[in-house]
Amino acid sequence: MIRERYLNLIILAGLVIVPAYALMVDEPFTITLATKVVILALAGVGLNLALGQGGLVSFGHAAYFGIGGYTMGILASHAQNYTPLMTSPFLIEGTNSMPVIWLVAVVVSALLALLIGALSLRTSGVYFIMVTLAFGQMLYYFAISWPAYGGEDGLSIYVRNQFPGVNTLVPIQFYGLCFAILLIVLFLVDRLNKSPFGLALDGAHQNEERALTVGINVYRLRLVAFVISGAITGLAGALFADLNRFVSPVMFDWHTSGQIMIFIILGGVARLFGPIVGAALYILLEHFLGGLSEYWFIYLGAILLFVVLFAKGGIVGGLSKKEMSHGG
Amino acid sequence: MADSILDVVDVHKSFGALKASDGISLTLKPGEIHALIGPNGAGKSTLIKQIAGGLQPDEGAVKFLGQDITGKTTAQRAQLGLGRTFQISALAMGFTVLENVVLGAIGQSGSVFRFFSPAMKDRALLDRARNALERVGLSDRETTITSELSHGQRRQLEVAVALTLAPKAFLMDEPMAGLGAEGSRELTGFLRTLKSEAPILLVEHDMDAVFALADRISVLVYGKIIATGSVDDIRNNAEVKTAYLGEEDAA
Repeated sequence: MIRERYLNLIILAGLVIVPAYALMVDEPFTITLATKVVILALAGVGLNLALGQGGLVSFGHAAYFGIGGYTMGILASHAQNYTPLMTSPFLIEGTNSMPVIWLVAVVVSALLALLIGALSLRTSGVYFIMVTLAFGQMLYYFAISWPAYGGEDGLSIYVRNQFPGVNTLVPIQFYGLCFAILLIVLFLVDRLNKSPFGLALDGAHQNEERALTVGINVYRLRLVAFVISGAITGLAGALFADLNRFVSPVMFDWHTSGQIMIFIILGGVARLFGPIVGAALYILLEHFLGGLSEYWFIYLGAILLFVVLFAKGGIVGGLSKKEMSHGG
Repeated sequence: MADSILDVVDVHKSFGALKASDGISLTLKPGEIHALIGPNGAGKSTLIKQIAGGLQPDEGAVKFLGQDITGKTTAQRAQLGLGRTFQISALAMGFTVLENVVLGAIGQSGSVFRFFSPAMKDRALLDRARNALERVGLSDRETTITSELSHGQRRQLEVAVALTLAPKAFLMDEPMAGLGAEGSRELTGFLRTLKSEAPILLVEHDMDAVFALADRISVLVYGKIIATGSVDDIRNNAEVKTAYLGEEDAA
């Protein structure tokens, strides 16, 4: 057993060493895999804020992942076709600038989370799970049946979007961008967890009545957490779409919601680095076992079962000592 | 009744045919401990919920510091200064003792939507929290995880969390429940010092504690208050004896 802080450093070191080694031995595919891990981990970090810290078991985070992806797809497709998004009442053009796309993705997914959260947070328990799932599926079917942006076939973007000073088509450079974003978000989420807001969110998760009777508006508290959570997952969606240069309704599918949830459960619920470990393991299994058998989900299921039954707090929890939740 | 802190005015609440609150009126005056007693199923919990929030009366009003709070949420009532402790400890069990009282301080100070600075390094929050812990005598338990506290210590912590709100009135639901004789005696002494700070509406089964502590007692039976008065009044009230104390003797 080691301190969680040191385990986190090892995990970060892995995210630096693996792509660096892949670069040295010229294995661009490994870098792409690592990029996928980093982006999916980011989606998990978003969900973990709601699910882990807040106890809000959202089974519809694909909604934000998807809307982030489609934000990128729609903006970039208009840019590549030189057609404006809309002309009246004012002109909105597409863009292939990553910073702009990220900003729009964050805002749009935050607004969507505000809407879905405002309605679904009036319920709790199983109902909350079902309502969030229902919203996610609504968007999934909407995306399938909306022909303007590819419908069921999805939408391809031919060239990766641009970031000033970076050649985003070079795998290691795009990886660097995604890794930097993950680090920034991890830092912010860590601060958030330790802030009065984070403590209140955790307190309300442990005992809602207690939070209410010290004068905390729990509904508003959770709604804000849900919006931040959705915004982070939305940003991950935009990056994921850029990685694949492709968006499709699958991003909205409930399988995607479940997948993000699996990262968290594997890695460790409410553990800062849990989603990274979970996403990494998932991608490794998918890559290696997926090559052996198309039924690799059976093995994933077995591992998930093992982790849930024997490793309290996921893999991160199983390997490290619990540190004071809000200390230092 | 301008001088009372808490006014319950003719409150009615029915669940189907059951009249849980059937025209209840009571007041809590500055500096007093007002005990609410009554047999099981008399409607004490229903009344507490209507005072603390979480349950709306069908009719009647709850006034706090001269303000009608009937339509306010639990959180709003707490912000106004209604400190509550629960029958079954309502604490964040995974938190340390200090974190639980800091949570109270966060609620009190309205700093819930501060996202960046660490709560456990905030001087103002910590001072308020530690002060509350010291008053209930839990200072040496700061870093203990709450779930590892003894039952009696949890009750103390429960009171400490309420103290962080600097309440104008306390609403205590069976604070003695499950305490041993000594713990009960200690808490009795503490509540006696507390009442000069803010009056206490005390729901309690422990009759020794009630008779030792209360300035006034109200007896609730089948949703109605059948008597309100001093300890001696209640002891000697024939109706109370048959309705409640008699039952207890027979049991």
